[in-house]
Amino acid sequence: MTDKLLTIEDLHVEIASRARTVHALDGVDLDLAPGEALGIVGESGCGKTMTALSVLGLLPNGGRITGGRVLFDGTDLAAAAQPVLRDVRGNTIGMVFQDPLTSLNPTMTIGAQVAEPLVLHTGATKAEAWRKAEETLRLVGMPQPGERMKNYPHQLSGGMRQRVAIAMALVCEPKLLIADEPTTALDVTTQHQILELIDELRDRLGMAMILVTHDLGVIAKRVDKVAVMYAGKVAERAGVRPLFAAPRHRYTQALFAALPERAADESQPLATIPGLPPSLVVRPTGCRFAPRCAFATDECRAAEPELTDALDPGEGGGEHAFACFHPVDPETDPVAEVVPPAPEAAPVRTDESLLTLREVAKEYPLNSGPFARRKGAAAVSAVAGVSLTVKRGETFGIVGESGCGKSTLGRMVVGLEAPTGGEIRFEGQDITALGRKELRAHRREVQLMFQDSYASMDPRSRVGAILREPLVIQGIGDRAAQDARIAELLDEVGLPRGAVDRYPHEFSGGQRQRLGLARALALSPALVVADEPVSALDVSVQAQILNLMRDLQRDKGLTYLFISHDLAVVRYLADTVGVMYLGKLVETGPAEAVFGTPLHPYTRGLLDTVNEPDPTAEPTGTPLGGETPSAAAPPSGCRFRTRCPIAQDICATTEPPPAEPTAAGHRVACHFPLVPAGPGAAGA
Amino acid sequence: MTAAAVEATQPEAAVATPSLARRTLSVFARNKLALLGAVLLVGLIAFCFLGPLIHHTDQVHTDLSQANLAPGSAGHPLGTTDLGYDMLGRLMYGGQTSLEVGLAAGLLATLFGTVYGAVAGYFGGWVDAAMMRITDAALAIPALFLLVVVAAIITPSKPVLILIIASVAWLSPARLIRGEALALRSRDYIHAMRLMGGGGSRAVFQHIVPNAIGTVIVNATFQIADAILYVAYLSFLGLSIPPPAADWGSMLSSGITYTQVGYWWLIFPPGIAIVLVVAAFNFIGDGLRDAFDVRLQKN
Repeated sequence: MTDKLLTIEDLHVEIASRARTVHALDGVDLDLAPGEALGIVGESGCGKTMTALSVLGLLPNGGRITGGRVLFDGTDLAAAAQPVLRDVRGNTIGMVFQDPLTSLNPTMTIGAQVAEPLVLHTGATKAEAWRKAEETLRLVGMPQPGERMKNYPHQLSGGMRQRVAIAMALVCEPKLLIADEPTTALDVTTQHQILELIDELRDRLGMAMILVTHDLGVIAKRVDKVAVMYAGKVAERAGVRPLFAAPRHRYTQALFAALPERAADESQPLATIPGLPPSLVVRPTGCRFAPRCAFATDECRAAEPELTDALDPGEGGGEHAFACFHPVDPETDPVAEVVPPAPEAAPVRTDESLLTLREVAKEYPLNSGPFARRKGAAAVSAVAGVSLTVKRGETFGIVGESGCGKSTLGRMVVGLEAPTGGEIRFEGQDITALGRKELRAHRREVQLMFQDSYASMDPRSRVGAILREPLVIQGIGDRAAQDARIAELLDEVGLPRGAVDRYPHEFSGGQRQRLGLARALALSPALVVADEPVSALDVSVQAQILNLMRDLQRDKGLTYLFISHDLAVVRYLADTVGVMYLGKLVETGPAEAVFGTPLHPYTRGLLDTVNEPDPTAEPTGTPLGGETPSAAAPPSGCRFRTRCPIAQDICATTEPPPAEPTAAGHRVACHFPLVPAGPGAAGA
Repeated sequence: MTAAAVEATQPEAAVATPSLARRTLSVFARNKLALLGAVLLVGLIAFCFLGPLIHHTDQVHTDLSQANLAPGSAGHPLGTTDLGYDMLGRLMYGGQTSLEVGLAAGLLATLFGTVYGAVAGYFGGWVDAAMMRITDAALAIPALFLLVVVAAIITPSKPVLILIIASVAWLSPARLIRGEALALRSRDYIHAMRLMGGGGSRAVFQHIVPNAIGTVIVNATFQIADAILYVAYLSFLGLSIPPPAADWGSMLSSGITYTQVGYWWLIFPPGIAIVLVVAAFNFIGDGLRDAFDVRLQKN
């Protein structure tokens, strides 16, 4: 075992709070050779982060290691004293956290923060440390590092901040880098850049890495081996290729099946994992996954399976350990058939247009406040001239990076914000011109499903009151009729009727999203605007919510305006797709056409940037580089030209008009659309 | 139920959880100092309002033959005042005034200030600007100065005194709640309510005020304590309800004349009573603040 850099043996961690003790980790075994990269995946609350934190002795309050060893370079960190741990942290082990803003000190300059570990650990002088910090910042791809070092964190973008955080972790040239969801808070394109950077640095510095993430796409091409964690234990451990090709544990299999990317056919419901991970207050008997497993037998409920060592039958023949009595047999069990898909009725799409946006614009003045209004003051152009038509019964997906104006567009459609230009017609009626009474009646027709359902519910109200509120406001029914309606809504979204007496905080994320959907449906709207409804959820729960949204759409003939940054989710759910960039709708059309043969270079770039959950997938095309410019000073002409690989002079001077170069209904706003060469391709 | 409905069923799902108010109280009850404050307050109220039923005294007619008797004299466990009133009885009688005026003024100020602040904060814009400039202007005048001037112009009765004190005390809850309302108005649940077609009054009374209730109640306890002190100030300056009515402040004021001759029983009882009641309210307020803080934690 001497050739291992890190060996975690039978690690137990308990977290004691006021009333109870959670057995967060219950016998975790992992190891890592120098220069190797290990990915830890699983749903939230499965102990991924706890494992990473216990290596550094950074457990939260009340947490302690109750058993096992963490051997790093021959030292047992689990038993080490604080000074030893302090010497390790930031020196031989570097750590990158999820949120790059909160992990940087807002009152210190970038340079001082990057130099700090050097001064602490190597006793370097200030000048030496500063020089080394500048070098490291250059290494992580920070433009003009010398200038940037005098800046404060808030002056940098999210991606740049994460680069600073990585520079801080790397400045002492650690042997091991622990990255806990390093890209979860970032946009797809930034995410890709950061992952590429970590990859490249790992190669160059020869360090080992632990990458903790819930995103199977992130892990696919970045690590050598993967540990799947469930309920404080390692469920499966294998090399990345064998694991993705042939998962053996039923949990891993179910996780993969729930991915929208793996959906066999977009008309079929996604496979889901019912229920939630156990709370771990009481140690469960038997296999921890058994209550949620479709293949569980009495044996699984009675005894706990051990991690069995088996060699991989496939190529390489590396270690492939899993703790399951009834593992997937790769010969007879294709991944896709976990839950037999139910037969599905035909969708209810029509050609009647329900919502029409024409040249809709929204500008926010930069100087706001009652006494600060000036004519001609600078403004942020959040949405600039968007025109689109949503047909009754379809799902219209809007994708784009953060800051592209997709949420603002959604808020204007539901009427939370008034557009500063253009018109929004719902069933032919201009909603910006509605009077008070008409607007109140119109509210019944359009409802919003929030990204964070918890924040969208009054924490002091019980669920019954929350679901009753829309009915009370709109004066629908007497109390008894409202009670009946509430019960019906809870049935529809699959929550027990007893939920009415509980408070929102008592529900899990997925259950709250069900509540949010129930409330949005209370008034029987025609259109539901869903703003990132699944982006905060685990993949298994995400699949449940997506299925539920589909079922309800079919049963009630709902129309969805589905806003998301997640291309896979939009591809799965949407009939029609609009791609937004910096306030402009750059491409719209049927989902198959937009994703299959994108016409705009931005759409192409986005698709090339996505992390496919497939380690064997060959990198295609050119991922997007650079960052989105500020919406306060958008580029002239085509707004995408600053990042566009094929931009010409005309792009800077003339804004491209929307055109339909290939097929009717597939519109693109680009001077040089990527028209596929072949029959039927007409010039613009 | 739909096919994906299985997630929800948790074993304990059928049992209603205790209300937030009950959980707040249980956290409050675990705070020893707050409990002490509550016991003190109940004791003081019982002393002032139930005490006279046991200890009968004449608090209307003076009896100079019995003036300035030391504590322990026959029938006068705390002695008598310079006008011959029984000290113990007067403490109860004066306490009634102090507590009544303090409670009423504090609650009135909180009620008005809360609604004022919530409206200003929720509607924002020029409504907020206008409303808050009014409070700023009023705050610029020193409260004590205002009280003294007003009390000097009109001879106060209990209701007038309550109104006068409340009219200066509402400013601080108004500003406090306005800040809360500003933060709460941009919450998603307010947006959700607006999307259902709900209007301003629903937002203010159903969502903003209930969600600021912790701040409101905690502030109310401090407001009451302050109001009791205001009553004491005013009557100490001789600007309160005229004799033979009494309160702790006026008792202090008349006792102060005799400090030179050592009649300590004229000063200590009302002084200690004021300290105790103000401390009790502050302890309760602190306890409530902690209780409201942890209220929404998962159990």
